[in-house]
Amino acid sequence: MKNSILITGGRVIDPASGFDGNADVLIRDGKIEAVGKGLNGDGCELLDGAGSIVAPGFIDMHVHLREPGFEHAETIETGAKSAAAGGFTTICCMPNTVPVNDSATVTSYIVQRAREVAPVNVYPIGAITKGSLGEELAAIGSMREAGIVAISDDGRPVMNARVMRRAMEIARALDITIINHCEDLHLSAGGDMHEGPQSVRLGLRGIPSASEDVMVARDLLLAELTGARYHVAHLSTARSVAMVGFARSRGLNVSCEVTPHHFAITDDELCTYDSNYRMKPPLRRNEDVDAVIEGIVSGVIDAIATDHAPHAGSEKMQEFERCPFGITGLDTAVGLSLSELVHKNRIPVARMIALFTTGPANILKLDRGTLEPGAPGDVTVFDLDTEWTYDVQQSFSKSRNSPFHGRRFRGGPVATVVGGSIKWTRT
Amino acid sequence: MPDQLKTQGLLDIESLPREAIEEILERARFFQPGPGETYKRLEALKGKTVVNLFFEASTRTRVSFEIAERRLGADTISIAAQGSSVSKGESLVDTLNTLVAMRPHAVVMRHAASGAPQFLSRHLTIPIVNAGDGTHEHPTQALLDARTILDHRPSLAGLRVAIIGDIAHSRVARSNVHLLAKFGADIILCGPPALLPPELAQLAPGVKLSWNMRDALAGADVIMMLRVQLERQYESAMSAGEYFRFYGLRPEHIELASPDVIVMHPGPINRGRELSSEVADSQRSVILNQVENGVAVRMAVLERVLG
Repeated sequence: MKNSILITGGRVIDPASGFDGNADVLIRDGKIEAVGKGLNGDGCELLDGAGSIVAPGFIDMHVHLREPGFEHAETIETGAKSAAAGGFTTICCMPNTVPVNDSATVTSYIVQRAREVAPVNVYPIGAITKGSLGEELAAIGSMREAGIVAISDDGRPVMNARVMRRAMEIARALDITIINHCEDLHLSAGGDMHEGPQSVRLGLRGIPSASEDVMVARDLLLAELTGARYHVAHLSTARSVAMVGFARSRGLNVSCEVTPHHFAITDDELCTYDSNYRMKPPLRRNEDVDAVIEGIVSGVIDAIATDHAPHAGSEKMQEFERCPFGITGLDTAVGLSLSELVHKNRIPVARMIALFTTGPANILKLDRGTLEPGAPGDVTVFDLDTEWTYDVQQSFSKSRNSPFHGRRFRGGPVATVVGGSIKWTRT
Repeated sequence: MPDQLKTQGLLDIESLPREAIEEILERARFFQPGPGETYKRLEALKGKTVVNLFFEASTRTRVSFEIAERRLGADTISIAAQGSSVSKGESLVDTLNTLVAMRPHAVVMRHAASGAPQFLSRHLTIPIVNAGDGTHEHPTQALLDARTILDHRPSLAGLRVAIIGDIAHSRVARSNVHLLAKFGADIILCGPPALLPPELAQLAPGVKLSWNMRDALAGADVIMMLRVQLERQYESAMSAGEYFRFYGLRPEHIELASPDVIVMHPGPINRGRELSSEVADSQRSVILNQVENGVAVRMAVLERVLG
């Protein structure tokens, strides 16, 4: 039977229901049918889950697939394949393509193209403003009908507070999440890396934490004013974590995500001037990393997202200050989360799974991230203890700009099941 | 331990051991010309080819390196970025790989991007001598400054050195701070707040910061003035007139310093902008000694790297 599979003998953890125990997972016709022991998988494909953890399919709510416009760096197909190999069953792609995804036409193209070539679910995120220029609102309602799950001018934050206010009002009316890449562009202008002792030492131009903090503060105030469902992308500073926590305690409908690199490494890595450490927000100090991890532990941070940002080798093989910002992340997110969060006893594995499933699903109101009967048959199988070394040359991504090439990991993805069909298995 | 100067070349002062600095400074003394003489001519680098690659305009540093190379008997070629393959869109790595295929023995490089030599050194097999990278380091400048100070003082230890101006964007200041700190000098960095990030105090031991020039100069044994980078003037949030009023060196300032203070400047000087003509031409100024030592120190460095 098509799109039907029985995953046997694994430790099933489903944060949505609180289930954690050895069980089989049965998917029929692309939907979860049951979780339990001794399930009848007649006519189904079999996947041996023994020794592995079987979880709802992981969702990465922040990736850049570069298509249309930058197909030399990534395509919907290559990005989605990299996602499958990284343990993700669903990815959400940011609108900074050429043309910008600011209309139903572009949204429909991405949805259609993904249906043809992507092994995982691809949900587009639409632009807030036309061309992401920060001035005139994009066709948000039409894009919503064409399939976007959120709006964001990622990478080109809406600097005009009045425009942001109007966008939040529309977002609320359309019941769609508004995401902002928080960076005051006047404060960060010309910056290469986090402003602090390292930038001063290396002679690289600084991006102060305040450039993130002031925009998080502004947006939280606007979220209160408008009642919008607001989400901070890739937050990176101690103060941003504190402010989101404060807003949450006041009952605001706000959330935030963090990337693996922002909880795994600091700006000390930049001493080699390796452009694979160049991203926005920049790698911060130990204090910020500690605060971000504390935010994960306390629950202020709702999701882990990669901000997968592929760039062709020629773009990254330059003087540090001339390289574009961003690194790839789909291949290494689960490995980094296990190694840095779970194995260092900061969070239990069930909490890590929630950060990849119920967290993003709730933020975007997706009908996924759970193994409840009737839910889409998306499953991520991973293990806790296999040691492996990341070889960026083996990536399905078209780009190679990862700072984690050669890094040792403990635990990682084993198999990815989307809609009841195996899309990737570890070889 | 592998000899970092022979394998990598001279990339920065921060990672250079104190012993290597002492050795270069001592050897540079040998290359200093006596009164009325010019620099010694040696055959130490006979048969060696050195490429001077200047991606950023420079007269004094380039000429100083060229003279040093020729006096040591090396074959030299100087390339300015303007009119080279760089302006045709070739990447830095490709440009360097092309040059390296022509088998030079070392590259002397000036580049506007901080870390450019560090970046290249990961992709090249020949030594690189950093002739200034962005706002990061200018190692031979710090060496020639130290040589100049030591021509006037017995030791760097305990000296009070005031460095004044646009510290934030100065590669000269960074290299000098690292070098002076390795020898136990007291360093005071002074400039307007926007050009004096507080984290500079963590750059090396013995570094203090001040926004007040009079405080910085009190008891100074050495005053190093930095060039006002006109292209970055907007960062200081001060007009040129206001800048000279608060951070320009004038004769009355000299009174505040130690009686035998020396005044240094990496050049080119902007008279009336960071220091007055009277100070530039005064007996206290050792600016031309610095230029003279530039050749001697670069001879010592090149001999050490390639000899």
